[in-house]
Amino acid sequence: MVEHGDIRVVHRGGSKINFREPVLSHDSRLLLCASGECVKVFSSSTEECVHDLQGHTDLVTGVLLNPSNHLQAYSCSADGTVRLWDFTDGILIKVQLHCHHVSVQPLSVSVFVYLLMCMCVTLTRLLSSSQGEYIASAKGLHLEVYFFKKQKSYRFSLKEDNKKGAKNTFTCLSCHPKDDCIATGHEDGKIRLWRNFNHKREYTYSTLHWHHSAVSSVRFTPEGTNLLSGGVESVLVQWRYNQETQKDFLPRLGAAITHIAVSPDGELFCTAHSDNKLTVIQSCVKVSAVIQGLVKGESVRTDLMVDPRSKALVLNGKPGHLQFYSLQRDKQLYNLDIVQQEYIHESGLQQFEVVKAAFDTRGNWLATVEERKQKDSTLELNLKLWAYDEQTQSFVLNTTVSGPHEARITAMCFCHTADSQTTMLVSASQDGHFKAWQLESNHYFYEGPFWSCDFVGAYHSLVPECCCFSADGSLLAISFQEVVTVWSPASWELLTTLSQPPGAIRDLCFGRQSCSKYLLGTTAKNLLCCWNLLTCTLEWSTSMDVSLLLSDPLSENMAAFCSHAGLFVFKPSEPRPLFSHKAICSGKVTRAVFAPREEMLESCEESSQWLNRSQLYFLTQYMDLMTFITKAEEDRLMASSKRLVIDDSVAVTPFYLLLGKHRQQQQEKQDRSFSAERNQLPQGSVAIKELLHTPAHVLPSASFLCSMFVRSLLISVTDKEKKSEEEEMESDKEEESECEMEASTMGQGQTAEAQETAAPALTKAQARELRRVKKLDHSWLSSLLDS
Amino acid sequence: MGEFKVHRVRFFDYMPSAIRAMAFNSRTERLALSRADGALEVFNFADSYFQEKVIPGQDGRAVEALCWVRGRLFSAGLNGEITEYDLENLRPKYTMEAYGGPVWTICSNSQGTHLAIGCEDGTVKIFEVLEETIRFQRNLDRQKGRIISLSWHPSGALIAAGMMDMIKVFNAESGHATHRLLVERGVGASKSREVVVWSVAFLSDHTIISGDSAGKVQVWDGVTGTLVRTHLVTKWDVLALSVSRDESSLLAGTSEGTVVQFQFISSTVDQHDKEWVRTRTFKNHTHDVRALAHTDTAVVSGGMDTQLVVRPLLEKVEKNTQESALRKIAFPHRSLVSCGKKAGMLLFQFHGHLELWRLGESDGHGEEKHTCTLSETHGGCQRWQGDDHICCSALSPCGGWLAYSTISSVRLYRLQYNGSNISITKVGSSTPSFSNHSNNCRFLIAVCFLYLCVHVQLHCTVPVYSSCPTAMAIHPTTSNLVMVHADQQIFEYSLVQKEYTEWSRKLQKQGLHHLWLARDTPITHLTFNPRNPAHIIMHDTYMFCIIDQNLPLPDQKTLFYNQMTLRSLPEPERTSHSHSFKICKTFQHLLCVSLLEDHSLVVVERPLLDIASQLPAPVRQKKFAT
Repeated sequence: MVEHGDIRVVHRGGSKINFREPVLSHDSRLLLCASGECVKVFSSSTEECVHDLQGHTDLVTGVLLNPSNHLQAYSCSADGTVRLWDFTDGILIKVQLHCHHVSVQPLSVSVFVYLLMCMCVTLTRLLSSSQGEYIASAKGLHLEVYFFKKQKSYRFSLKEDNKKGAKNTFTCLSCHPKDDCIATGHEDGKIRLWRNFNHKREYTYSTLHWHHSAVSSVRFTPEGTNLLSGGVESVLVQWRYNQETQKDFLPRLGAAITHIAVSPDGELFCTAHSDNKLTVIQSCVKVSAVIQGLVKGESVRTDLMVDPRSKALVLNGKPGHLQFYSLQRDKQLYNLDIVQQEYIHESGLQQFEVVKAAFDTRGNWLATVEERKQKDSTLELNLKLWAYDEQTQSFVLNTTVSGPHEARITAMCFCHTADSQTTMLVSASQDGHFKAWQLESNHYFYEGPFWSCDFVGAYHSLVPECCCFSADGSLLAISFQEVVTVWSPASWELLTTLSQPPGAIRDLCFGRQSCSKYLLGTTAKNLLCCWNLLTCTLEWSTSMDVSLLLSDPLSENMAAFCSHAGLFVFKPSEPRPLFSHKAICSGKVTRAVFAPREEMLESCEESSQWLNRSQLYFLTQYMDLMTFITKAEEDRLMASSKRLVIDDSVAVTPFYLLLGKHRQQQQEKQDRSFSAERNQLPQGSVAIKELLHTPAHVLPSASFLCSMFVRSLLISVTDKEKKSEEEEMESDKEEESECEMEASTMGQGQTAEAQETAAPALTKAQARELRRVKKLDHSWLSSLLDS
Repeated sequence: MGEFKVHRVRFFDYMPSAIRAMAFNSRTERLALSRADGALEVFNFADSYFQEKVIPGQDGRAVEALCWVRGRLFSAGLNGEITEYDLENLRPKYTMEAYGGPVWTICSNSQGTHLAIGCEDGTVKIFEVLEETIRFQRNLDRQKGRIISLSWHPSGALIAAGMMDMIKVFNAESGHATHRLLVERGVGASKSREVVVWSVAFLSDHTIISGDSAGKVQVWDGVTGTLVRTHLVTKWDVLALSVSRDESSLLAGTSEGTVVQFQFISSTVDQHDKEWVRTRTFKNHTHDVRALAHTDTAVVSGGMDTQLVVRPLLEKVEKNTQESALRKIAFPHRSLVSCGKKAGMLLFQFHGHLELWRLGESDGHGEEKHTCTLSETHGGCQRWQGDDHICCSALSPCGGWLAYSTISSVRLYRLQYNGSNISITKVGSSTPSFSNHSNNCRFLIAVCFLYLCVHVQLHCTVPVYSSCPTAMAIHPTTSNLVMVHADQQIFEYSLVQKEYTEWSRKLQKQGLHHLWLARDTPITHLTFNPRNPAHIIMHDTYMFCIIDQNLPLPDQKTLFYNQMTLRSLPEPERTSHSHSFKICKTFQHLLCVSLLEDHSLVVVERPLLDIASQLPAPVRQKKFAT
């Protein structure tokens, strides 16, 4: 067994962005959302991802603006840490604390974040008032309000359901920013506005009802003038606070609303949707931006595929669509409408679904199969072939074959030849036939090329289950239950049959590159077989419960996922696996794909070499897209993300970094002899550099810096013979007496003179010079600060 | 319990009339209520919401508004008259013409010294309340358009008057209008229609709250005369408003049958700037809520659907008590049916006439066969001279005598049957109730005093009990008087020994079962089983009960409603499980249960659904998914 210490399974790309409520920054230009193990910062206007705040090692469970600095944000994660970020620059400022299972949803504004995050709560929602006087939580049928001042909590319960069929379970809540009013959403679509909840008995609520099914999110706008609510209806409802009969609607948002966020100025709303989408809405009127993540439905019927052209991940997206998702940019590229029929949002309705899709090697052709099975009627099948159009940069429907087979299509693949002019598609079906489809270039009736059936094959009226072309396209392997048949696509001649009972063949795969003489198959009876096609004999076989077998198109490596989520990566020619990993996730892996890397990794470690050319992505049972990452890669990523260097011993703030350096310098200066050289120009000092390079918002107030700088400048100018401490005192005095002196120069020249003579080392000219320099420095500093 | 042949009577088309107005006297805890037929009812809220007094109406008298002045009750109606009622003798004390056309509203100041009425001709008339009568004092400035609603400021110096399209504030001293608050009309098609301010309330902090026909509840500042807040409550009318005594809560009744509560709440915990916030909505009616009362603990509402609903405010009452239950009072707390036990006849009392029915032959195949051939006396039922409605009526057990009374007279009729014909001859007499043995002694039963009718002398006085008796009867053989009170207590008093009987003492000592006490309708009729003197038959709206005095009384832990469990037990075990209260809930919405001489049971039902189906159609409401 190969150790796997330096390879980790991570969420990377395609993570949920609707997992938790998004956060809009103070100027509402940026949008933060928890996404897998990082926090993503999007631009709310251009929809682009600005930063990826990486650092957490497990799912991020909450994001929150720092109430005391609106340019910073906290994030908490299931790894037990809370991190503070400068999200405009994408810098990690500090890691706050470690506690187990931080899975809170912190939404408080002014209550100290620490408190919230320490609470390891399983409440549905947790919220505090803006003044931070109380905190409200709801779970099941109970609303609990805890008053910090009184240290007393009140609990209000609703009946489970009443005769009229109301389901009173709480689903969400929001506190009014000014008034003592809590809005709660309920399972039956009602919204209750609770008031007077500082009394156990005298509490009261009013009920609003528009939603017909559960309210999934309610949110007050920052001024408290409006209440926003959303649910399955995919309509954003805006209620006027205290005039609830007036309401506005923003319908057709595409999918059920799961969270609502409002920017601090109330200008922008952001809704998260169940199809992994964030919508930015301008003042409840206009959808201004849509950030679409990887759409994940209940299941993926098509395989995971990689579009050879865009290198995008292709899978089922919206109902009836294929989505093209760029893993590198972690962004949905586009949706291709396959079914081209309107989808009706109603449960229990059988509608066309895309069940199979395949690309040819160069990405010129896309074949899709859609099917609809209605009760009591026959299966409706459509095979569609799409040609890539260079001009529109997308796929255009070329041929529709309705009813290509009598029964469900079990497998479909394109011929892999990279150079041949003719492209071929093979589809196998439960009706016992497999068909080969070929592009016909000319026909007297149709314009342009179109696809037609070239050959229909069968084998002992068995049902073909899998089909696979060899890498050079010269062989086609089709499995008929226990038998693998090998055909020559050129002549449609049955070349040979291979069989290794017991158990029907589940997966078939040709080896690549140096291993192209091997054909691998897995059987239902837990056997992994490797046939040598040159000898037509079984090369080796091993007992292994493989649920999924796939080959890397860029190397000879093959990956086999076991039923218990174990993974083996191996070369067909070698007896030892390259890599093995036990239990990569809970449950079975049914979909996986090798995605080619943009740039090759140069890993020399044996165990991670298989990840050099392509990356292995897989979907877990819970539809999470996961991948493998090597230690080296991770380190590189971490290194590239900016981070302030922190001295662990002291309470670290950026301000400390600045002052600390400065103090050190002073220390050094003191240590120097009296004959020390004139200090270098202030602009050149490390402190100034630090000042210039530190973002302005992490600096202390300008007035504080000002005096400090003045002081530092004075040291450089005044008498070298004085000790710096004395100098400082001196300069303090100078500063204090400056105006006095200026006032006195008019009438009492003599006393002024006497004073100046009293000061031993300073001549008049020197003093004047000093004053001039001081003034000069002031202006310089202020101009610096102004800039 | 035994088996009975049952006559299930469902042809009594009793139709209660709509509730028009309500007034609650919080000092005496009495609710006065007027109905569309002019009848007046007084409920005692302290005594289990018992309908204590009923003053029957009169043709052509419609009470539009009610008003308590200390313990005195005044009403005003569209006939233009003000009436004070004699609550002792249950009849109008005097009637006074207001000379201002139909009177829409009547309202007294909090000091109880003056009454203000709003008239059709636009005048607000002030009457001084004197010891025995009221006296017209003066008119306030006459306005154009009728005065629909009035409210005195608690200080008594100002009056707010709701009119068409506006509210006027009058100085009660000078009689001049000080403010004119214009009420906005509804939107759309109703823009051209005048808006009617159906109700106003003047609060002590000079806030005026109005409810109008455009469905708005508006809060006005009475000092500056400006609109503070508009709450759109309904698409239809807001018909009634009622403010709690501490002015912290307000109710608005709408045409949709909802009652909307507003509360005066501070917006944040520590601050004192309060505002009126709409909170709860109660929907207990199907039709217009015409009348509302806000008691300290409950919302009392009534309207077109004829039911009086008492909805307790749960934060003001103890949980799971008698007080915390919702009450719907649909039927009067007295018997409208009289049964001639020997003759098998039923007398139904309507407000304007009587119906006499003879029960037909039932072929005796269980309860389902209750067909009653109508020995019709419809024409023979009474129409009398005069406008007064019937107070009460009775039929003698032999079926030979019929009596009824109005507020002014008692009439006695002799009934004679010859075949299918009935002849009625009028005889003068004065016996509104017959005891079972019409040939022997006749008892006239009036509240707690017993008079021997023949000799007309006081026989004895039953010890006074705090709760009002709802039904009583004298046992035909033992001459024990059985009484049931509004608080559901049962007493048995021996008229011979002039003391409570042994059984009654035992019952009081052990106490009644809590489920018996938890019932919310009073026993309205009592009767006895002639074959088994230990059986007392009584009923309320939802059940009838046979009390077997020979069986042990149930204690608090026994299963109270146990008829079904008893039936499932084998015969010998039944006796050990049975207790004296045998309750049957097979029949619902009962108006009368009586045992005939031939040992068959007459059950008169009036399903509430039948009443609801005879009501006019409610206002149209859009319902989701319809």
